[in-house]
Amino acid sequence: MKMNGARIMLECLKKEGVDTVFGYPGGTVINLYDELFNFKEIHHIMPRHEQAGTHAADGYARATGKVGVAIATSGPGATNTITGIATAYMDSIPMVIITGQVPTALIGNDAFQEVDIIGITRPCTKHSFLIRNVKDIALTMKKAFYIARSGRPGPVLVDFPKDIQMAHGEFHYPETVDIRGYKPNLSGHPRQVDKAVAMILDSRRPVMYVGGGAVLGDAAEPLTLLARKLSLPVTTTLMGLGSFPESDELSLGMLGMHGAYCANMAMSNSDLIIAIGARFDDRVTGKLSTFAPHAKIIHIDVDPTSIKKNVRVDLPIVGDVKDVLVKMINQADNSNDKLAGFTAALSPWHADITAWKEKHPLDYKQSSTVIKPQFVIQKLRELSNEDAIISTDVGQHQMWTAQFFKFNKPRTLLTSGGLGTMGYGLPAAMGAQAAFPNRQVITICGDGGIQMNIQEMATLVQNRLPVKIVILNNNFLGMVRQWQELFFDKRYSSTCNELPIDYIKLADAYGAKGFLASKPGEVESVIKQGFKENGPVIMEFKIAREEKVLPMVPAGASLNEMVLNA
Amino acid sequence: MQHTISVIVENDFGVLSRVATLFSGRGFNIESLSVAPTNEDGLSRMTIVTRGDEQILEQINKQLNKLIDVLKVLDFSDGSAVERELALIKVSAEDTARAEVLRIVDIFRAKIIDVTPKSYTIEATGNPLKIDAILELLRPLGLKEVVRTGSVAIGRGAKGWNG
Ligand SMILES: Cc1ncc(C[n+]2csc(CCOP(=O)(O)OP(=O)(O)O)c2C)c(N)n1
Ligand SMILES: [Mg+2]
Repeated sequence: MKMNGARIMLECLKKEGVDTVFGYPGGTVINLYDELFNFKEIHHIMPRHEQAGTHAADGYARATGKVGVAIATSGPGATNTITGIATAYMDSIPMVIITGQVPTALIGNDAFQEVDIIGITRPCTKHSFLIRNVKDIALTMKKAFYIARSGRPGPVLVDFPKDIQMAHGEFHYPETVDIRGYKPNLSGHPRQVDKAVAMILDSRRPVMYVGGGAVLGDAAEPLTLLARKLSLPVTTTLMGLGSFPESDELSLGMLGMHGAYCANMAMSNSDLIIAIGARFDDRVTGKLSTFAPHAKIIHIDVDPTSIKKNVRVDLPIVGDVKDVLVKMINQADNSNDKLAGFTAALSPWHADITAWKEKHPLDYKQSSTVIKPQFVIQKLRELSNEDAIISTDVGQHQMWTAQFFKFNKPRTLLTSGGLGTMGYGLPAAMGAQAAFPNRQVITICGDGGIQMNIQEMATLVQNRLPVKIVILNNNFLGMVRQWQELFFDKRYSSTCNELPIDYIKLADAYGAKGFLASKPGEVESVIKQGFKENGPVIMEFKIAREEKVLPMVPAGASLNEMVLNA
Repeated sequence: MQHTISVIVENDFGVLSRVATLFSGRGFNIESLSVAPTNEDGLSRMTIVTRGDEQILEQINKQLNKLIDVLKVLDFSDGSAVERELALIKVSAEDTARAEVLRIVDIFRAKIIDVTPKSYTIEATGNPLKIDAILELLRPLGLKEVVRTGSVAIGRGAKGWNG
């Protein structure tokens, strides 16, 4: 059956199992939207800004593990998606972004609303395609989805000119796809795996250092199994939170700049670091020359470029982290006779770790007069459902969430780690809520970042997406203010928001509900009231204004040089 | 350390800019780059001469391999390849200098491909060091214009890049 290119595109999405897309119409996608009008299999959500639409697709992808899909028109619509694409790229999130483009005959002529979006996004996409013929749509989309979700996932942009949407062709979706230049190596080399297990059994101060790759690779289960089997302490990066239950004895929590003291001390004193889907980011390693000076390093990652990029590696294993971990468990089973001796030999190490945990636990001074942000986070954990999905914005509140929420399940924390994008929290929560209408979805934001995509309140209300918005209001761009306090003599240059905003009225204006807590005693009741509502809600907490995120490894310092109280 | 890398790529729209973006975005340096289609359908070959320590070269290699349009990266750093470059050189040549130019051209087995009463245009091929050497000798006579292709390289031995 012949159909137009716009319809072919939608049929492709259906074949890929896409049930929800986030998009914003305009001149060069009007044909696509015309087809969407009667296309019942795909639920379309219109954000109020294309950046938010892209973040929503990203939140949808992080929460589900499926490929998120965003649509934007050419020119300004396309450029508005860039921050969303770069955010997804830095955190390896599978996404397909479809942008309208001016008709092929006009490309390169500075036509109305023409931009070279492929050129602009080249450094922040995994790959991109310009569709030049209606015959190519199906194969291009097959490739786009395959590239987005396989290997190290990432965003793929498809530029879709208007005349191709209007041209007619046959629809045949290919069953398989073969890209000769793209063959991700998923299977961990058995000999390397055996060596890894041998190195672990030889070690006396091992640490598992786990990153977002373990979440993206759905490896939480084998990871937890292996850690428990071998009694290995586990620390995660911000992106790795949820891959290993923080309620477990073996959990050290998050490491790095605002990580737990015990986690950073364990890394600094370790004799073997087993890095799993992590990339030795500068926020994690601190000063590179003094990073983990006594440790051998095993690095497991699906992306060979991550390995030996920042640190020396003694044993690289390229492969899907889940595959490698399962093989390691099997190999450990083969060495069952040695396990008891090994775990017994770890007891001095576990004793060291317990001592560090007790010496400087993650903590804060409670107050009876002002609300401490950490207290709000703890209360949110206590009062929310076990499977609640939390998104955060970027700043102090993000770090307090990472430190105090205690994540036990993968894909329950959605946060912009690599790019650190303010404005991410609300739209990401929106995407997750669209994927899971019946789960509790909470976004934890600062008073600065919430303004960056506040317009999405309208999308929430219109689409009955009951996201619970928590604003930790310090009336500061708190994270920057903290740096100014510590390193710039308290010169608070442009970090005080000054103008107070009435968030209750704001919620009301959008047709949502707002609640405010100004004293510690009100925290619990505001959370309970907010959670009881069936629709979207703002819960504002006026918090201690100059509270700092601690402990902290100052930029450029070593991991074991943490500032514990300042 | 200087390295010569050959990259087999899909002959696709945008592939050159993907490679260039990769080098500039990651701060890798390009001393020369040449690209043209190969004998195989739909494939082009780039030769890139770059500079960096071992760790940087490993990253360059891996990052190139990661590009979807790249089929293969051949690293010729160990002298396992024959390398050639072509240069077109316009040099002033009047009076006694005319004979001097001809002598140099002869020594380097280069060719004169255009002549005027005041100049010669020379075509020289060879290892890039040889091109540097002929340019050094011609420089005192007055170089008017120099065009170099950058290196191309091919592995030694009977095997092709894909066996
Ligand atoms: C788009 C963007 N602009 C600027 C920054 C730099 N930045 C990082 S944290 C921060 C302050 C955020 O303030 P707020 O949202 O109130 O959160 P708080 O730190 O107070 O919890 C800023 C400006 C950023 N990360 N992203
Ligand atoms: Mg703030």
